[in-house]
Amino acid sequence: MNALQRHRKLDLVWASQPGFRGWFSSVNHTDLGRLFLVTAFFFFLIGGLLAMLIRTQLATPGSAFAGPEIYNQIFTMHGTIMMFLFAIPTFEGLAIYLLPKILGTRDLAFPRLTAYGYWCYVFGGAMLLASMVLGIAPDGGWFMYPPLTSSIYSPGINTDFWLIGITFVEISAIAAAVEITVTILKYRAPGMSLDKMPIFAWYALVTALMILTGFPPLILGSVLLELERAFGLPFFQADLGGDSLLWQHLFWLFGHPEVYIIFLPAAGVISTVLPVMCRTTLLGYGWIVAAAVALAFLSFGLWVHHMFTTGIPHMGLAFFSAASTLVAVPTGVQIFAWIGTMWKGRPELHLPMLHLLGFFVTFVIGGLTGVMVAVVPFDWQAHDTAFITAHLHYVLFGGFVFPMLAGIYYWLPHVTGRKRNFRLGELAFVLIFTGFHVTFLAMHWIGLMGQRRRISTYLPEDGWTTINLISSVGSFVIAIGFAIVILEVILNTASARRGGRNPWGAGTLEWAMSTPAPSYNFASLPHVTGRDPLTDDPKLPHALARGEGYLATPGRWRETLTVDIATGQPDFHVIYPGNTRLPILMAAVTGVFFLSLLLKFYWTVPVAVIGVAVLVWRWVWALGRTEDLPAQDIGHGIALPNAASVDRSPGWWGSLFLLTANATFFGSLLFGFAFLWTVAPGWPPPVWFTPSMAELALGIAGAGVSAVAVRMAIRTIRQGGQPMFAVGLGLVAVLILVAALGLLMLRAPSPDQHAYGATLLVLGGYGLFHACLTALMFAFLAARISRGFTSAARRAEFAIVRLWVDYLAIVGIFILLMAHLTGVTA
Amino acid sequence: MGSTVLTLNGCVGALSTVDPAGPAARTIATLWWVMLTGAIMIFALVVILVAASFRKRKGAIADRFWVLILGIAFPVTVLLALLGYGLFVGERLLQRQGADVVRVAAEGRQWDWQFSYDDLPGQTTAGVLHIPAGQPVDVAITSADVVHSFWVPRLAGKMDAIPGRVNVLRIEADTPGTFRGLSSEFSGRGYDNFTFDVVAHDAADWTLFLQGETE
Repeated sequence: MNALQRHRKLDLVWASQPGFRGWFSSVNHTDLGRLFLVTAFFFFLIGGLLAMLIRTQLATPGSAFAGPEIYNQIFTMHGTIMMFLFAIPTFEGLAIYLLPKILGTRDLAFPRLTAYGYWCYVFGGAMLLASMVLGIAPDGGWFMYPPLTSSIYSPGINTDFWLIGITFVEISAIAAAVEITVTILKYRAPGMSLDKMPIFAWYALVTALMILTGFPPLILGSVLLELERAFGLPFFQADLGGDSLLWQHLFWLFGHPEVYIIFLPAAGVISTVLPVMCRTTLLGYGWIVAAAVALAFLSFGLWVHHMFTTGIPHMGLAFFSAASTLVAVPTGVQIFAWIGTMWKGRPELHLPMLHLLGFFVTFVIGGLTGVMVAVVPFDWQAHDTAFITAHLHYVLFGGFVFPMLAGIYYWLPHVTGRKRNFRLGELAFVLIFTGFHVTFLAMHWIGLMGQRRRISTYLPEDGWTTINLISSVGSFVIAIGFAIVILEVILNTASARRGGRNPWGAGTLEWAMSTPAPSYNFASLPHVTGRDPLTDDPKLPHALARGEGYLATPGRWRETLTVDIATGQPDFHVIYPGNTRLPILMAAVTGVFFLSLLLKFYWTVPVAVIGVAVLVWRWVWALGRTEDLPAQDIGHGIALPNAASVDRSPGWWGSLFLLTANATFFGSLLFGFAFLWTVAPGWPPPVWFTPSMAELALGIAGAGVSAVAVRMAIRTIRQGGQPMFAVGLGLVAVLILVAALGLLMLRAPSPDQHAYGATLLVLGGYGLFHACLTALMFAFLAARISRGFTSAARRAEFAIVRLWVDYLAIVGIFILLMAHLTGVTA
Repeated sequence: MGSTVLTLNGCVGALSTVDPAGPAARTIATLWWVMLTGAIMIFALVVILVAASFRKRKGAIADRFWVLILGIAFPVTVLLALLGYGLFVGERLLQRQGADVVRVAAEGRQWDWQFSYDDLPGQTTAGVLHIPAGQPVDVAITSADVVHSFWVPRLAGKMDAIPGRVNVLRIEADTPGTFRGLSSEFSGRGYDNFTFDVVAHDAADWTLFLQGETE
C-alpha cells in the first residue's frame, strides 16, 4: 500500500460528512477546533464592538450617546463576552485543534464530548447575544455582586440571562477541561514520556486542571444566586442569615484563577513559538513547567486581593497581599527564561515575533502595576478606578491577545496550508500595538485622578476630558488594526499560494503532517525519542505517511492507542465513535433545560432532564459490543488489549477528572455553609433541622451497601460470571439513599426564611441528584448484562460506575451527617 | 518627594489621590511614587535585556543565571522589600483607640449617603459629612441596600459599605475645606452622580456645628 492509497482508506473512515451538514455531525478535533476558534473570534469582534461603544460614550464629558440603562448593559456584556465567550473558548479551540497533533495521536480522548461542548458554547452564547439584541442584557457588571443583582434590586430577566447563560457555557469549559486532561495524560505518541512532552501540552494540562478546580465555585455561586432570585432562598441576604460577601468569595475563588487560566495557554504559545523564532530550544524547560505548576497553586490563594476594601482584618489582608506579590516570582521565572532563550538563539523578526515583542512590553507593564495593586494601602486608593481598568487590559491584552496573535500567524500556514502573500500583518501589528498603548497608558493616570470604573459620564471640571479623548482615539486605531488582521486572514485562506511543510523549521509533531491537516492527522503514529522529534528526524513526515509508524493498517474503525502516563509506553488500543448528530441534539435538549429555567417554564424542566438522561443512555450504549475483541496488532511486533477490557479505561479517567470538578463544587458548597455559619450576621437560625436517627441510619446503610455491591459486581465479572444480583442489590441500596435524601429535603426547615434551611435544601438536592444518577448507572449495568454486552474482557463500565458509587457514598453520608448532626448539636 | 513632582505636572484635582490633603492619602501617594520609580527601573531593565538579545554577538550567559538570579532571587528581593513597606504603611493607616478620635457613621443607599455623629445624637446630614480639621475621624460605614463604597480620594483610601456589616475607616483632613467624596462600588442606574462632600471645619466652626448652629 503506498502513501496515497493509505490516505484514501484512512480518510474514508475518518472524514466528516461533506459540506455544511458535516458541521453538525462532525466529532473530529480539527473541525471542532477550527469552529471553536472562529466562533470565539466572532465573539471577540462583538466584545470589541461593545468596547468601541464604551469609548465613544466616554470620549467627551456629558455624552448623550447612551444613558446608564444601556451603558450598564454594554460594559457588563463587554467583560462577560471577553472573559467567557472569547478568552476561555479560544484556549479550548486552540487546545482542541492542536493537542492531538502536537502529541502525535489522531484525536482527543472523547470526540463526541468535544462536539457537545462546542454546541453548548454556541447555544449558551446565543442566549446572551439574544438578550443583548432584545435590550435586556445583564447590567449588574460582569462580577454580578448581590444584593444589586438580587430580585429586589434587579427584578428583570437581565441577571437571569447571565446566571443561566454563563452556566450553560461553562459546561463546555468543564467538558473541554476533562477532555484535554485525559488526552494529555493518555493519548500521546508511543515513547513520549512526560519529560519529552511539548511544553504547550504542559501548559494546557495545568490550565485544564485549573478549569476543573476554578470554575465550580462560580457555577455554585450562579446556582445559589439563581435559586435566591427564582425561589427566594436567601443565601446572600444579610437579614435572613445570608451574606453578600459569600458571593464575592465564590466569585473571586473562580475569578482570580481565571486570570491565570487565560494567561497560561498564552504562555504555552510563547514557549512554543519563541524558540522557533530564535532558531533554538527553550531555556529551562523543567523550570518553566515548575513555574506553571507553582502559578496554578498560588493563584488559588490570592482571590481576596479583589476584596481588600471589604473590611477584612488587616493581618488577613497581609497574607493575601504576600501571596499576590509572590505570584510575580514564577511569572518572573518564565519571563527571564524566555529572554534567556532569545539570548541563546538568533531572534528573527518574523510576524509572530513582532507580536511576542508586543507581549513583552505590554505584559511586563501589566505585571508591574499588578504588583502595585497587590500592596494593600495602594489598592485602597486604586480599587474600582480607571487605574484597574488600565492594569487589567495590560495583563489580558499583553498576556493573552498578543501571544494569541503570534499563535494565529504562526499556525495559520498549518490551518490553511498556504503562505502569506501580502505584508498586511506588519501594518496591523503597528496599529494594534500603538493603539493599545495610546488607549490604556494614560488611563492609569485618570484613575489616580479619581475617575471611577463603570461611570457612564463625567463633568468637564473633573479634568479627565483630554485623556479620555486620547483613549477613545487609540481604541479606534486598535479596531482598524484588527480589521486588517481579519482582511489578511481572509485573503490568505482564499487566495494565497500553497505552502510547503513546516515553513518555520519547527521541531514539534504538528508539522509532521501535510497541511491543511488530514482528518486522521498521522497515517501512522510516530515513536518519539526527544522533545523535538522533527528536528531530530526531518524525514519523519514521509516515513509516517509511508506507514512506518504504529497503527499503519487502515481498518474499519477510527483507531488510536493510549500510553502509560509517566513512561509513554503504549498500553491500550482504542476505537473511537464515528460521526454523529447525538452531541448537537443533546446540547439542544440541554438548552431546553436552561431556557425553561430562564423563562420560568418549570413544567418543561423535567421533560428536558428526562430527555438528557435518555440521550446520555444512548450515548454510552453506543460504545458497547456483544463479543470480545482480541488484542490488536499495532505494528512493530506489539499487540495491545482493547481499552474496554481494562479497569482504567479512558472513561474511567474522564470520570475521575469530572469528579474532581464535582468535588470542588461540593467543597465550595461546604465552604459556603461554614462561611455563613461562622461569619454571616443573622445566625443562629430560628429553627433547626429535626434529626431522625432512623433516616440517618438507613441512608448510611444504603450508601455503604451500594459501595459493597459494586465491588461484588466487579469481582464476579472478572471471574467470568454475570453479576446481576450484585447490580440489583446496588440499585436497591441507592434507592434507599434516594429516600433518605429526599426526606431531608422535604424536612429542611423553612428554606425561604433562613440561609440555614436553604443550604440544607441545596445539600440534599445535590446528594439526591447524584443518587438518582447512580441509580441510573446501576440500571444501565443491569441492561448491559441482560443484553450480553458484558464479560471479563468487556468490564470497563463496572469500574467507572464504582467511581461514581464511591463518590455518592462519601458525599451522601457527609450530607446526611451534616443535616442530622447540626440538628442534634442545636 | 511627592510634593516636588506635584508642582511639575497636573496632579491637582478635586478627586486626585496624588494631591493628598490628609495623612492617610499622603502616605499612600508617597507609596505610589516609590512604586512608580521602582517599576520604571524594572521595566527599563527588561526592555534593555530584550533589545540586547538582537545583537549579533552576545556573551554566553548560563541558564542558571536567567532562572535563579533574574527569575527568582531578583523578584524575591524586590517583593520582600515592597511587602514589608506595604505592611508597615497599612498598619499605620489603621484606626487606633485614642481620646481625640471623632466618631461618625455613614450609611449608603441608592443613591445618597446619610451621616450621623456620635457627638450629636439624633442629628443626621444627607450628602455632606462634617468633620473637624486636624483631628482623626473614624467613619463607621454600612449600607441600607446594595454594596457601596465610601471614598474621599484626597483624604484616604476607600472602604466598602456592606449590608449587615459595619466597616470602620480612619480619615483626617489637614486643614479646613471641602473635599469631594465618591461612592465607588457600582450600584446601578444612579451610580454616575452618587457623590458626597466632606466639610472639614476649624475648631470654632466645629463647636458651632456640634451646637447645631451650622446648616
